[in-house]
Amino acid sequence: MSDDTITTGGAAEAAAADAAGEATGEATGGPSRRSVLGWGGAGLALGAAAAGGTVAALTDTTDPVPAALSGSAVPFHGKHQAGIASAVQDRLHFAAFDVKTKDRAELVQLLKDWTRAAERMTAGLPVGEGAVGGLPEAPPDDTGEALGLKPSRLTLTIGFGASLFAKDRFGLEGMRPEALIDLEQFPGDNLDPAKSGGDLCVQACADDPQVAVHAIRQLARIGFGKTAVRWSQLGFGKTSSTTPDEQTPRNMMGFKDGTRNVSGTDTAALDKHVWVSDEAKGASAWMADGSYLVARRIRMRIETWDRTPLQEQEDIFGRDKAEGAPVGKSKERDEPFLKAMKPQAHVRLAHPESNSGATILRRGYSFTDGSDGLGRLDAGLFFLAYQRDVRKGFVPIQRNLSKNDALNEYIQHVSSALFAVPSGVRDKDDWWGRALFA
Amino acid sequence: MRPARLTVLTAVAAVAALTAVTGCAEKSGAGDGAVKVAASDSACEVSKTEFPAGKVTLEVENKGSKVTEVYVLFPDDRIVAERENIGPGTKASITAEIKAGDYEIACKPGMKGDGIRQKIKATGNGAAEKRSPELDAAVAEYRKYVQEQADQTLPKAQAFADAVKAGDVEGAKKAYAASRLGWERTEPVAESFGDIDPKVDVREDGLEAGQDPAKDWTGWHRLEKALWADNKIDDGEKKLADQLITDLTDWQKKVGQAEITPTSMANGAKELLDEVASGKVTGEEERYSRTDLVDFKANVEGAQKAYELLKPVAAKNDPALSAELDKQFAAMNTLLDKYRADKNTYDFTSYETVGQDQRKELSDAVSALGEPLSKLAAAVAK
Repeated sequence: MSDDTITTGGAAEAAAADAAGEATGEATGGPSRRSVLGWGGAGLALGAAAAGGTVAALTDTTDPVPAALSGSAVPFHGKHQAGIASAVQDRLHFAAFDVKTKDRAELVQLLKDWTRAAERMTAGLPVGEGAVGGLPEAPPDDTGEALGLKPSRLTLTIGFGASLFAKDRFGLEGMRPEALIDLEQFPGDNLDPAKSGGDLCVQACADDPQVAVHAIRQLARIGFGKTAVRWSQLGFGKTSSTTPDEQTPRNMMGFKDGTRNVSGTDTAALDKHVWVSDEAKGASAWMADGSYLVARRIRMRIETWDRTPLQEQEDIFGRDKAEGAPVGKSKERDEPFLKAMKPQAHVRLAHPESNSGATILRRGYSFTDGSDGLGRLDAGLFFLAYQRDVRKGFVPIQRNLSKNDALNEYIQHVSSALFAVPSGVRDKDDWWGRALFA
Repeated sequence: MRPARLTVLTAVAAVAALTAVTGCAEKSGAGDGAVKVAASDSACEVSKTEFPAGKVTLEVENKGSKVTEVYVLFPDDRIVAERENIGPGTKASITAEIKAGDYEIACKPGMKGDGIRQKIKATGNGAAEKRSPELDAAVAEYRKYVQEQADQTLPKAQAFADAVKAGDVEGAKKAYAASRLGWERTEPVAESFGDIDPKVDVREDGLEAGQDPAKDWTGWHRLEKALWADNKIDDGEKKLADQLITDLTDWQKKVGQAEITPTSMANGAKELLDEVASGKVTGEEERYSRTDLVDFKANVEGAQKAYELLKPVAAKNDPALSAELDKQFAAMNTLLDKYRADKNTYDFTSYETVGQDQRKELSDAVSALGEPLSKLAAAVAK
């Protein structure tokens, strides 16, 4: 998929550290980590099992150990939702929901309930009254499989699909932002409607898969009757990085993918390409400080790819397989010289220069869902991309790629969804989507 | 039918139930301390209404003209001990270990009805379970419901068995689903008799290792397969029909002895929804007859009955939960009605014709009802 959708302002990392607190684990941009933990600490006495993780988070403020290694908590509150510019975690559980209730007040209550649960879970605490110690006759509020695990940098990020804004549903038709378009059918798409779309989505990222799965499971449970899971996807092995100091992980094709991704610390690039401006007007006004998320399940034809000669593989990507250097260069992060690549090379076609500057922030994951019944690995890339406006981000890039990319012979898009991802939850009185439903 | 289960409803024969309450029982002389019960066609006289907890013997004499039976009952009508078939002019003794608390003795001349009741009290150590009269009433009503379902099932099952025995494939097919309604409505209680469930409601894949489907598979689903998949009735099937009636009669007799508490009722209701989620929505239960929606409806009805009986207490303790359950039961029933032309019948659409999207919709509705239903026990236990 759209590899190397780079930003131009790659040098601004240091100066940008402030606004991207999530990325480094430092709560400098939004409310302080202290305030979050102060709140979380109230639950600590109840949720003793979470103590290890939360203590780790506390000490982390003075500890040079990178957040990724400490298992610490990423602040939930902030101007932007965590899970976008945040340093990419290792694991994903992504779920799309249909809203079943017709009652707007009930939907609002659910979003409040979800927010409160998300606050607890991202702090490493069980939801509600916890998983143990309650009435023996009743199921516990929390299912308990995350007891004793660290917060594992869990982030929970919510999005709203276009179907939520349909006429005669929740009175939101006038609030549908222009950028929340109906994605066109791109050449080669083979989309399964049952695994596409959704009224709501929640992206759970964590370094521990159990923590991510636990989080989605609790939200699904709280939602029963109001929402139903439409489809979901597990992911592993992040396929892109928002932290340029780390090595770019490899995708299922064995290539480094996303080397020139937007850095989570590059505020200039984030403001330009990812965050909706806080001057957003009209139907989009409630989206200020939010972003738009494209989710695509991209199946890879693993077996035929594996039978492709090395040179051809490298030509298809436009990078070498060992180092990940662009054609004609020696280091992964060397500036690519596009004209040295084949015209249909993936990196060349995905590059902003080939798409009038279109730039997106990617945080996709590899997936493997066993085999497909024909003995083929059901695997690929679960593509997640954030941008300020899909009409200027994903759409032009994908038009270009779906028509020309040499990689198309080995991939197929099988599921697709677009969500409006609102701004962050400011404090413990705020809730997911308040600006939309206010 | 679930292949294996851990149920909160533990049905036990009277003796086993008593073993469970002996922990704190005081010793008490059986012989001269015996309680005399004089039963007649119109009276049930007890020589003493208060006695020490522990081992108690009832010396019963039937002075009436009808055969009678005598029960010692918990306030919620659960059976502590019983003796059936006490003929006119005969004597019988019932020995039971009884924990301190309030009980009733019932004589049932003609072995029918609620009987003639006498309140009695066992005194001493061993705390009796204290429960609100409202909850006792709910349990007693539910107990009655469970018995009625069993009683009403027998003639319907007999009609099904008769058709099988007459070699009437079409008639048997028509009678099949209806014969299961009562069982499906009260399945958690029915299943609590571990020996009956595997005989009447097991599916072929529920057999254990070493069991031979040809020999060891009995009950409704074995006949279902014969009727719909094999399309034949042989002598074997006819014998199975008789066996089904024998086993269901056993159930009818025992079901009144099930251990039922308010929380087990609540969790039983939830278990009925679990049954729907795991066996009906998936189309596993009635894989040959495709009458899954009939079972589905019966499971929901049984759950709703338990809920309605507990509702006075639940609504007081957790009004929001009760409102949610009212709403979700209504939504579930409305959804199910889409699959039958006439709400007064149990003629539901064949599950074969229910598409994947519709099954998803049904599954979502089951989750929407099952999740709040799992909180009912807590609301009742508050």
